[in-house]
Amino acid sequence: MRFGRFILVMAVCVMAALGGPASAADGWDKTLSSARGKEVYWNAWAGDPSVNAYIAWVADEVRRRFDITLHHVKIGDTAEAVSRVLAEAAAGRKVGGSVDLIWINGENFLALKESGLLYGPFAQSLPNYSLVDTEAKPTTRIDATVPTEGYESPWGSAQFVMIVDSARVQMPPAGVAELLAWAQANPGRLTYPLPPDFIGTTFLKQALYELNPESLTILQQPLDGADFETVTAPLWAYLDALHPHLWRAGKGFPRNGPAARRLIADGEADIAFSFQPSEASAAIAQGLLPETARTAAFAAGSIGNSHFLAIPANASQPEAALVVADFLLSPEAQARKQDPGVWGDFTVLALRRLDPADRERFESLPLGPATLPPDKLGPTFPEPHPSWTVRMEQEWQRRYGR
Amino acid sequence: MATALRPLSRARSADRSIGRRLTNLALLLFFVGPMLMGVVGTILPALGILPQLGGVRFSPEPFRQLLEVPGLARASGLSLGTGLATTALSFLIVVALAAHWHGTPWFSRIRRLVSPLLAVPHVAIAIGFAFLIAPSGWIYRLLAATGLAGPLPPDIPIVQDPHGIALILGLTLKEVPFLLLMMLVAMGQVPVRENLTVARILGHERSAAWLAVVLPQLYPQLRLPIYAVLAYSASVVDVALILGPTTPPTLAVLVWRGFQDPDLDHIFWASAGACLQLGLIALTILLWRCGEVAVASLGRRRILAGWPGRPPVLAAACAACGSGAVVVISLVGLAAMVLWSLAQRWTISSAFPEGLSLNIWRQQLTGEAGLIGTTALLAIASASAALLLVIAVLEQEVRQGAKAQRRHRWLIYVPLILPQIGFLFGIQVLLVVVGLDGTWVGLVWTHLLFVLPYVYLSLSEPWRALDPRYERTALCLGHSPVSVLLTIKAPLLARPILVALALGFAVSVGQYLPTLFAGGGRFQTVTTEAVTLSASGDRRVIGVYASLQMLLPALGFAAALALTGRGRRVARANS
Repeated sequence: MRFGRFILVMAVCVMAALGGPASAADGWDKTLSSARGKEVYWNAWAGDPSVNAYIAWVADEVRRRFDITLHHVKIGDTAEAVSRVLAEAAAGRKVGGSVDLIWINGENFLALKESGLLYGPFAQSLPNYSLVDTEAKPTTRIDATVPTEGYESPWGSAQFVMIVDSARVQMPPAGVAELLAWAQANPGRLTYPLPPDFIGTTFLKQALYELNPESLTILQQPLDGADFETVTAPLWAYLDALHPHLWRAGKGFPRNGPAARRLIADGEADIAFSFQPSEASAAIAQGLLPETARTAAFAAGSIGNSHFLAIPANASQPEAALVVADFLLSPEAQARKQDPGVWGDFTVLALRRLDPADRERFESLPLGPATLPPDKLGPTFPEPHPSWTVRMEQEWQRRYGR
Repeated sequence: MATALRPLSRARSADRSIGRRLTNLALLLFFVGPMLMGVVGTILPALGILPQLGGVRFSPEPFRQLLEVPGLARASGLSLGTGLATTALSFLIVVALAAHWHGTPWFSRIRRLVSPLLAVPHVAIAIGFAFLIAPSGWIYRLLAATGLAGPLPPDIPIVQDPHGIALILGLTLKEVPFLLLMMLVAMGQVPVRENLTVARILGHERSAAWLAVVLPQLYPQLRLPIYAVLAYSASVVDVALILGPTTPPTLAVLVWRGFQDPDLDHIFWASAGACLQLGLIALTILLWRCGEVAVASLGRRRILAGWPGRPPVLAAACAACGSGAVVVISLVGLAAMVLWSLAQRWTISSAFPEGLSLNIWRQQLTGEAGLIGTTALLAIASASAALLLVIAVLEQEVRQGAKAQRRHRWLIYVPLILPQIGFLFGIQVLLVVVGLDGTWVGLVWTHLLFVLPYVYLSLSEPWRALDPRYERTALCLGHSPVSVLLTIKAPLLARPILVALALGFAVSVGQYLPTLFAGGGRFQTVTTEAVTLSASGDRRVIGVYASLQMLLPALGFAAALALTGRGRRVARANS
């Protein structure tokens, strides 16, 4: 009898892992009922009012549909939530933690996963996970070379682009080599956010990929044993050449992506970088960029990644967090998120897997005045292994941060 | 006066000593204890002890790693320089103001303008200042709109300059009001007018007399506030993020980045950095102390030689420029942020926003009533708790005299002198251990640490200045000390009590790091929102929160003044 139940549980797990929504329905119903009336504390970066507004909409929806009270814990940096989970672990709090859900990816995910502080694997147990485009968007399974193994659920995808003010930049640079030439011709009008801000760090990775194409494969392996100096030498030579022509002669850098973008609005710079192809359109709509702002792609391709949701191992309400994570994967929530008038973050779902009505939600979305269609964004490069990212950030600090 | 009281109150000495013990216990439990725990919780990781991250034995490794952090030397130098320069500049401005304008209508005018600035959180002032002076800031926009500047802002490092000058100036805007308030408190304890009259009868010029006769008497009382300014400006994080250099930043920001790093092992060297920050503050204070001794001996020699100096022209210029500039720059910067919050759009070629609306206010505050409620409730709770504790302490001082006063003064200054990053991580761990993190109790408690010193500083002087004969008479008539406190002293001191409460309220509203660490992220206040959203790059949104940061404390003060009524001034309050 007991053995039989064990087999049943195993079967449910396997089928859930295979993504059969009907088979997992029983288990999911249980999750739904135990999530009712619970409170979820979602720690999410809150530096963008349109993202905050979207999250407020999610909170209204999950209250209405699932009777879950969702609190947006507004943080300035995901690392704050990571260190909070750590402080709780340090104090021995195994259950009843203050964080139920984290918006996360990359180094932050790796840090929590390696410390064993994550709940799961859970992603495959979400009914809507079966709609995720895991084949065409491998970044939904592999987060900066680290397999997610179900410890985080994909939420949105991003690709590195440039924002240019077309009033002052007639021909957007096509890649990092052209950026150098442009900066030499227009001194003081280009900058990038201070690494380790992720836009700033992504610019470094993008430059390295373009300057040393071999690094594309080398950086997929952990750093151990690789010849960091030789592989990254072209990057430092490039930055040495670039920095004297940057804003503030490369002696000062904006704090983060939005601060760099604001320099365009302030007339202090003409080019900024973004991880969201629709950011320029959204910012124009909000009056944060001039009407002449446009998006430009890196012709050779650019870094793309996904961002995710994870649940700490000591979360107070893991079931309710699961329900929220699943709702965020629903076609309705994903389509709303992709609407440039709302947020403009690209979906992780495979449109071919949606039923026609849901597909229509996406296909009817406007693109916005400054957004490039997905096929104009160029190929995507995978994120390097976090060990490379960390080392590049350190090396940058050593060379330019002192 | 304490000795005079003693024979009268012998009968009550038993419950008096219980009261004293209770006060000491409360002070220990709610104030000293958590701070010590916080420091210990930071020092242990610096020595390699943090079991959850595999640190189980003492090791010098964290300090070794710290030494390898790029830019550490320059960052430390920046912090040291910022601390000393900010303090020296603020002190000079305040001294020039008092020396030159004391006793004139200008002095009270400036004082009246400066005091409300004390209640405006640092972040709001810094944001306003940054927008004012930035290459594309308001000054540029005014020039551009009138054709005096080119169509594109110049590429010059005015804000976030590599030498930290903008940071020093921005901090000075906030430290001048603080030092001025402390100077006013100190002036209440020295017979300033009498001294000046004698000096002037002897033929000395007014401001020279002030410098030679009054300042040396005031300085001992200003020493601790000055040390607090030194420590604060050498270790501030939020203002340095807005105005300070980036490559490298100041030491506090460098350490803060370490605590924030997703790689949790960085906590070890960051803790070591927090210890270095403590050492750096000690060094800053030591250097200042050396300067004190040098200046004092020079000054003494000159005074003994008959004080030939006639510094008034220079002093007048300093006083006029310095304190006037502080007031004007702060107010204009704040006005700019209010304008931003109402702007639809504000391009660099326009002197003023194109179109005003309340849209952003509506957008930000819809459904965020809880935010203001949380901020206000937290501020009221921590300010009231601090007030109760401070009154207990002051009552004890009145009975025990100067010795208790000195002891308390030092104790009260500890949280003002310790760098916040030096003990907040430890406090967070402590709160988690006792199960109070992310609770109202834990949050109020943590705020109390920072609110209490200001409430004490603001209330102690009027409290001591109250004529002890009121109390003595009432005690003679058979009233208990508690009923004397409630029916005689509290009404007499209503105005300073409410002002202290309002100041505590303002300090609580301005707290960022303590709210973040103790609140478990579950409590959002206008200040946590302001700092979080300052990353958004949307000045209009930042303007809304900067305005709220000003508005709440202003309401607090307005309430305090309204409650006491304009006419009922306690004699000392308008000294």
